This record gives sequence, structure tokens and C-alpha cells, in this order.
Amino acid sequence: MSVLSGKNLGVAVRDRQLIEGIDFELRAGELTGIIGANGAGKSTLLKALAGLLPCSGRIMLDGRPLQTHSPSGRACRIAYLAQGHSAHWPLPVREVVALGRLPHGRGNGPEDAAIVDRVLRATDALGLAERNVLTLSGGERARVMLARALAVEPKVLLADEPLAALDPAHQISIMQLFAAKAAAGLAIGVVLHDLTLAARFCSRLVLLHEGRVLAAGTPREVFDDALLAEAFGIRALHFEHGGLRLPIPWQLTGKNGKPAGGDPVAGNSAAA
Amino acid sequence: MNFSRSRLAVIGLAIALAGLAALSLMIGYVDLSPRRLIAGTLAGDLVPQRILLDIRLPRTVLCLAVGAALGIAGAAMQGLLRNPLAEPGLLGVSSGAALGAVLALYTGFADAFYLALPLAGFAGTAIAVAFVFALAGRYTGATTLILAGVAVSSLCGALISLILNWSPNPTAMSEIVFWMMGSLADRSSRDVGLALPFIAAGAVLLLGCGRGLRALTLGEDTARSLGIDLGRLRFRILVGSAAAVGAAVSVSGAIGFIGLVAPHLMRPLAGGDPGRLLPLSALAGAVLLMLADIGVRLLHGGGPELKLGVLTALVGAPFFLVLILRTRGEIP
Repeated sequence: MSVLSGKNLGVAVRDRQLIEGIDFELRAGELTGIIGANGAGKSTLLKALAGLLPCSGRIMLDGRPLQTHSPSGRACRIAYLAQGHSAHWPLPVREVVALGRLPHGRGNGPEDAAIVDRVLRATDALGLAERNVLTLSGGERARVMLARALAVEPKVLLADEPLAALDPAHQISIMQLFAAKAAAGLAIGVVLHDLTLAARFCSRLVLLHEGRVLAAGTPREVFDDALLAEAFGIRALHFEHGGLRLPIPWQLTGKNGKPAGGDPVAGNSAAA
Repeated sequence: MNFSRSRLAVIGLAIALAGLAALSLMIGYVDLSPRRLIAGTLAGDLVPQRILLDIRLPRTVLCLAVGAALGIAGAAMQGLLRNPLAEPGLLGVSSGAALGAVLALYTGFADAFYLALPLAGFAGTAIAVAFVFALAGRYTGATTLILAGVAVSSLCGALISLILNWSPNPTAMSEIVFWMMGSLADRSSRDVGLALPFIAAGAVLLLGCGRGLRALTLGEDTARSLGIDLGRLRFRILVGSAAAVGAAVSVSGAIGFIGLVAPHLMRPLAGGDPGRLLPLSALAGAVLLMLADIGVRLLHGGGPELKLGVLTALVGAPFFLVLILRTRGEIP
């Protein structure tokens, strides 16, 4: 079931068209990866869907146009996890996470506290609860901010590069958490740069290129050599494992899609 | 944990403030023991009654209100701009008031009627803030707002310099300069009547901004995703600070550092929460200014009274340096 969808979305800042003609859909129970090169419009699309940017086209949330929802109604349904995880004051982690309860009221009742504990545990951050948020490492802060977004208990989670500062173990655990949350009925849209993790965990992918949707579908459909060459200017090795086809970005392609520079591995794909 | 700590701090500050206010009523340039002052006032004796009710009470009430206005506006401004160096004057609130008052002194309008000077100051604030808001626009980020504030403040400063430059005689010039140093001496209940409603209204507006400021801790996009209307929050804080600080500066002149130091002192007690900081910073601002105003009266050695703004700057600046040294590394 579609929870959040956009039709013919466009965002322009002054004379520059950042995204244009984008159709997009997030369904309950699906983990959708948004991928594309730097500047392809991923973050812009995410912000537009979250209602944070004025955009043309139509966005529907829960079967109603987004702008007909009250600000708090929208905030209760859509959690937005910003890139960069900024925090400005020396608040304890527990209170930062409790900010996710703001749309639901004051956010300091016993029920709120239980939710905060639960999301801290889910993101492996319960041990940080009393720490000053400004003293956390990048990875710790990323987990705390994800906990903050989950504390909203939304229907839709829009996460902008949540893996950016994480080590491999935490990357996997966060993606597993996303997959579990999706399986439990959450609709998740996540901007990712790691194509391998995207292929492994996402049920659907949307590949953006120069502000438009270049391809959308299952990872197997989207990670096509021609599409990868066009969107990223790379060629990938493909690794078959457990029924998944996992791309490993390997080398740059020239303008015509041919490899640029020497290729240390002659084969086009590796199989395991 | 932090919540109860900040509540304790509020109670402690309130008690300290009450004590200082009582002390402030007992201290002045007429040598009267507290017992004689109170007994004389209660007995309807004209001299002690005048001293207590017409001189010291307005001064004490104004000191409390002005300190609280500077403290709360400083906390709100730091929260809005997410910058610990922000102070109430950053967005042109104080310099607008100063320009209005200086213009009134220069043109002689200040002598037209009793409240002409503070009213001119207040008009200056309103114009400066309207300018900043129009310049920054409703949907811009904090940096644009700061730039607009700095531009308007600089313009006001330049115009004040121009007026000083043109001032017809040394007396007018010294009147302007002394006014700008800030003081609460010789204020009457009419000044209280003018300033207090605006300061109270501004403080109420600012106290209601806690939720928005708390959300803003995580950046503007996240705050908006939490349902906070940033345009409204910004408008509210600008109008609230303009009312409170504009009124304060209009009756007291420019008093620096209170709005900068009070939020700094209270931030650890507020557990870093910019919402909880608002009432704490108001109380701390009042306590600090009360201490300074008692200080200028105690330091008085027969010559001209040390100006309040001079004392707050003299004590505030080194104190602020120490604070920076102690907290550097904690603040990004």
C-alpha cells in the first residue's frame, strides 16, 4: 500500500532545476533505496517528499495531499533524518532522542520515555543515553540521530545518507534494523551510496540521474551495466550470492561506456 | 535529573533575586538606616517615603526588569541562531534603540515631554527590527538573518557617529555619550510604567518559544520535520526581543554583556536545553544587573556615579574571557 507518493515532482532554486518530472512511491513494508551520483537530486527529492521544500507536482500522504495535513499531523507520520547529524547544544543523548516525541505532544511522559528506551536499544545506543551529544563520535551520533527519527514512530522514514559515518559493522546493523522496521510495516526511503548494501537490503531502488529518475525497480533491474555507466560513470563487478546480485564498483568508464585506463581484472563479472 | 536541577536553580535564583532586591531598596545616596527608612515610610514620613517609593523602588523594579529582558532575549537569540556568541543586540534591537534615543537627544525632542527619550528609543528599535526582517526575508537561514542584523546594526552605529560628529556643542555630545553608557539612576515610576508592559509582553512571547528552540537544536530541516513553523518562531523571537530589549534599552541606555553572559552561566544548569534556558537566563540576567547596580551605588565615592553599562562591560568582558577559556573545546 502506498503511504507516500509523489507525482511529477519538480524543485527549482532560482534558475536551476534540481529535480524534474519525478514519480515516486513509498509503500508500507518496503525498504526503498534512493541512489545516484553526487548532485543527482537525491537529497532534494527526500526533502521535497518530507514537505521541507516547496515543489511542483503532487505529493500524497496517507491518501491525502501532503499540504492538507497539519504540520503536527505530517510530523507524526513522516520522520526525516537529515544528512550531517547536526546538534548544537550539549544536551544529553536521551533528551535529543526524546525530541522525536515533540510532534506527539510534550514528549516527556512515561510512555515517551519507554519509546525512547526502545529506540535507543534498537540502535545500539542505550549505553550512550546519559552522554553529552556533542562529545559523541561520528558513528555514535549517527546512531543517536537515527534513534531520534525512530522515536517519532512514523509511518514513513526518510533517511538521508544514514550510513555516512558508520563503520562496516554498524552499517550492516543499521541496514538490518531498517529491513526489520520495513518488515514490521514502516515505509522507508533511504539515500545510499554503498551500492552493495543497497542491492543486499533494499527491496526497491530508484536511480536518479541529473534530477530525473533513470531507473526504478528491483536491485537486479537497476544495477544494469549500461545504467551504472550512465548514472555513475563506473563499471561494476557483479557478485552472485544467496540469490542476490551484488555490484562492486570497480572502475571508471569513459564517455562512451568503455573502460577508462587499465583494467587489472579482465573479467566482466565474478561468480561465487 | 537535569529537570530537577534546573528547577532547583530557578528557586535558588529567585531567592537570591528577592534578597538583592531588598538590599537594593536599602542602598542609596541618602544615609538612612533600613529601620528608619521602613518605619518612616510606614508612618507616612515624607522624606523616607519619597526615597523608598519614588527613587529606590522604581530603580529596583527597572533593574530587575531590564536584567531579565536582556537575559531572556540573549538566551532566545543564542537558541534561534544556534550560536553561543549571539546576544540580544546582534539583530539590531539595541542599536536601533540607541539611534532613536540619540536622535531624540540631538534634535531636542528628548526634552519635549517626559517619556520622549524612551519612546524615541522604542521607535528606533521597531524600525531597525522591521528592517532586519524585511532584509532577511521569512524563509532564509540563520546566517542571512545575522548578516542582515549586522548590516542594520552597523548602519545605526554609523548614523550615531554622524550625529556625534555634527553635535552642536560639547554638552549635547556628552549627554549623548553618557546616555549610551547605560544607567538606571534617577528613573521614576513613569519609566517603569513605560517599560514594564513591553518587557513583560516580550518575555511572555519568548517564554513560549522553548519547544521550537529545543527542536532547532538539531538544525532547521529537522526542526521543520518535527512540525515547527520556523518562520513563525523567528518572527516571534524577533518581536519578543524587540519589545523586551527595545523597552529596556530605551529606559536604561545600552547595557552590554548581561545578554551574553547570563545564558552562558545558566546553560550547564539547563542541561544544554535552550527551552529550559529561557526562564533561567531571565532570572540570571536580573540577578547580574542587580549586583551591578548595587555595585555602582556602593562604589560611589562622591564624584559622578559609575555608569551601569561601564561596570557590566568592565566586569563582563574579563569574565567572558574566562568562560571562553573554560568551555573551549566543548562548544563546536
